[in-house]
Amino acid sequence: MGDMNIQAIEQYRSDFLKEVEERVEEGHWVKMCMQCGVCSGSCPFGPHWAHPPQEIFMMIRAGKREEVLSSDSMWMCTSCYNCVVRCPRQLPITQIMHGLATYAHRLGLAPRNQPTRDFSILFWENCTKTGRVNELKLTLGVYFREGLMAGIKKAWNMRNIGFGLLLTKRLNPFELFKGHACKDQKGIHAMLKKAQEIEARRHKLPA
Amino acid sequence: MAEMKTAAYVCRGCGIGERIDTARTAKVAEKEGKVQLVRQHDFLCNAEGVQLIRDDIEKEGVTHIAIGACSRRSKTEAFYFPTVALSRANLREGVIWTQPETEEARETTQEMADDYVRMACAEVKKMKLPAGNPEVGHAKRLLVVGGGVSGMTAALEAAKAGYSVVLVEKTGSLGGWAAKIHQRVPFHEPYQDPAPTGVTELAAAVTGDPGIKVYLNATLSRTSGAPGRFKVQIATESGGSSAEEVGAIVQATGFTTYDIAKLPELGGGKSPNVVDQAGLEKLAMEAAAKGQPIRRPSDGGEVKTVAFVQCAGQRDETGTHLPYCSGHCCATSIKQAMYFKDANPGVDTVVIYTDLRVPGNGEDFYRSGQSKGVTFTKGKVSSVEAGGNGCKVNFHDLILDDKNASIQADLVVLATGQVPVSGVNIEKQEEMPAEEKKVISILNLDYRQGPDLPQLKYGFTDSHFICFPYETRRTGIYAAGPVRRPMDMVQAIEDATGATLKAIQAMENAELGRAAHPRSGDLSFPSFRVDGCTQCKRCTVECPFGAIDEDEQRYPVFNESRCRRCGTCMGACPVRVISFENYSVDTVGSQIKAVDMPDEFSEKPRILVLACENDAYPALDMAGMTRTQYSAFVRVIPVRCLGSVNSIWITDALNSGYDGVMLMGCKHGDDYQCHFVKGSELATYRMSKIDDTLKQLALETERVATYEVAITDIARVPRLINDYAAKINEIGMSPLKGFA
Ligand code: SF4
Ligand code: SF4
Ligand code: SF4
Repeated sequence: MGDMNIQAIEQYRSDFLKEVEERVEEGHWVKMCMQCGVCSGSCPFGPHWAHPPQEIFMMIRAGKREEVLSSDSMWMCTSCYNCVVRCPRQLPITQIMHGLATYAHRLGLAPRNQPTRDFSILFWENCTKTGRVNELKLTLGVYFREGLMAGIKKAWNMRNIGFGLLLTKRLNPFELFKGHACKDQKGIHAMLKKAQEIEARRHKLPA
Repeated sequence: MAEMKTAAYVCRGCGIGERIDTARTAKVAEKEGKVQLVRQHDFLCNAEGVQLIRDDIEKEGVTHIAIGACSRRSKTEAFYFPTVALSRANLREGVIWTQPETEEARETTQEMADDYVRMACAEVKKMKLPAGNPEVGHAKRLLVVGGGVSGMTAALEAAKAGYSVVLVEKTGSLGGWAAKIHQRVPFHEPYQDPAPTGVTELAAAVTGDPGIKVYLNATLSRTSGAPGRFKVQIATESGGSSAEEVGAIVQATGFTTYDIAKLPELGGGKSPNVVDQAGLEKLAMEAAAKGQPIRRPSDGGEVKTVAFVQCAGQRDETGTHLPYCSGHCCATSIKQAMYFKDANPGVDTVVIYTDLRVPGNGEDFYRSGQSKGVTFTKGKVSSVEAGGNGCKVNFHDLILDDKNASIQADLVVLATGQVPVSGVNIEKQEEMPAEEKKVISILNLDYRQGPDLPQLKYGFTDSHFICFPYETRRTGIYAAGPVRRPMDMVQAIEDATGATLKAIQAMENAELGRAAHPRSGDLSFPSFRVDGCTQCKRCTVECPFGAIDEDEQRYPVFNESRCRRCGTCMGACPVRVISFENYSVDTVGSQIKAVDMPDEFSEKPRILVLACENDAYPALDMAGMTRTQYSAFVRVIPVRCLGSVNSIWITDALNSGYDGVMLMGCKHGDDYQCHFVKGSELATYRMSKIDDTLKQLALETERVATYEVAITDIARVPRLINDYAAKINEIGMSPLKGFA
């Protein structure tokens, strides 16, 4: 991971915009932002981010690579698509936010212990393993993310909901051991591998 | 003219008959108006009614007509009788539509109607049918001053319309700024790439046109005369001089660039690597001629980064540089950045702007610049450190709020502004610093009021650029292009076309002895009685259009074709010797005196409203159309311009017992709306002096009030009237009633 970052720095020198254009999902749109600020004003989370979308775009253009990639701002995006609908320049802002987050994660620059990022990793590993989401494991994974005691405390707090789910057969405790999986797990894995290859090629990522 | 025979017509249509006892009104016309022939009609503007009037003119020899019907602004086609003098009493918009339809209001409504008929009868008897302008000029040739894109467009447009043209250009070739740029911003979709200027073709079309005579290296050494008969002396560099006679003039003298040396903080004049936009065009042309990319001026090195500093010395709030936005420079910088990007996408081009302003179809061009990879950074440049081969541009990044942002650039382009070439500022000539006094006149008008077109703001020629673009304060002389306001090439082309059209109208009107805008078609003109004139020169000084010169004995000399018929001279004249055949101190004065004045104990005050016919009077009419009511105590007289109001009218009104006088004119000042530019301003100034008169008469100063009224003030005007009526009620009736 670290190597990939060093490689990128060497390859793009100070041209962060170019790096984003080539390597980030929909990154070629960044230059088209006209700094109107409509996205930042529309984002329900905008006021709480360190850098709302408009600012992120400006930072990319100003070559602020470290600041952008290590920022937790784009991890805050809830995919509400308000900004995309309103942007007068029709930038796919939501996609760019996720693209940036993914890219930062790949380079190992994304902020540690950032909750959305942690959840994303858990989710991805959980669902790509068997081709199915194992909700029980996912939930417990989230609960115990910050250690045993914190996990027990969270599970205890949620016990009523848990029992309720049990009673209505929405929760199967045996999932914890085996869990259900899709039929062709190998096929799923091959498919994901292929997709990753295509993506790497498209974004000129080193193999 | 044959003997005067007067007639009055009272219409009963549009509800007038139901609301007003027209028989009584007719009697008023006969007994008090002393009109020889009085008729009533149920529907005066229909064919039968109009025929009735026509028959009276033809068979009865009627020469003066007063029509009591709708406003003088309605039914002008039906009531068009060009062979007689005509006045109108506004019984519809001015009376029944603004008064409540109640039994109690009947009496005051009737009084209003009767008064308006009295006034119309009095007015018409003082009017004469305009005999026509004695001073017509037949020259139909257009003089175009300036051979840039605006000037050449004007010349070609006139030629296409069949008018011959004289074009005077001070340099040795046609083209102006357009000939000094590499490429222009695109005029046509898809608005993506810089386009060829087309200036060579334009110049070839001008020189190839047999109807256009071009003088190069030439200036105007003298311009005299009036529309239809301007005489110009053209001085050529070689010392030669030729005379031409022209009917109208289009001044398209363009602009110069703001001196970059005045911007040392931005590196101006400090390094060859800091240029203005014109400087970059020069570099681009030189490079194109050699078939090479643009190199760094200091050492011929490769240009890797170019920074464009927008609004350099423009939109300046400190009062040091240009306060305005030149409008074209954002698009120009985008175009210039494309010079680099199109040749080599690897060159970094950064446009630092505070607001990117791209009028017209510039948004598409802006987008194209973005997709070509031009970087746009919202920021304010604080300084440019220029020296050696690199420049450091320091700026405040306004998005990231980084006060210490900076970039290194090989070349810095300052987007400086357009400075109009408008010649001598005739109104400030005296108080100017010596350096600016040296400014050379462009037109060298031999007018009493100075050699060039009056200026409005920042040296641009005076023209109301929303309501009456191209118009100037010199009749028959129109301004086009950046001398009028900052603009780009496509706007200049449109401008030149518009100004040419106005100039053609002016020539055609001048030949018929008719006024130009805004009283276009008016055949009356001011004349003065020599024996009364005290040579005070007020008229020659105050005429907003420089129409009046002076002869050797310092008597005014009216140039009828330069006159716009505003009547400002008439309002100015202290001895009241200036008049028009159909509009004079008497035509209005007699109306004022014709009103029936109730006595002090009647509780019926009378308020005189003198309303500008261009804005306030239409607004009053529209108040009527929307049935907005106002006090029945006002008597409204339309005036050509508030500038035509002679203070004798005010004194007369007060002396004859009016309780108050309201003057309604257009907005004045820098963003004036006065159709005669200075009229309302002069009137306001004159009225500020009326206090002395009021004191002499032992009257309250509130008895005369001046208002700025726009044509859109339909709801406000009635309010003003009612508030004023309430105020009069408060201060009480005039003590001067019954003395007149
Ligand atoms: S709404 Fe679009 S153009 Fe406006 S700042 Fe956001 S991304 Fe840029
Ligand atoms: S999609 Fe993301 S960036 Fe856009 S408004 Fe919603 S939360 Fe904000
Ligand atoms: S003041 Fe008006 S009316 Fe009088 S000469 Fe000048 S333009 Fe004509």
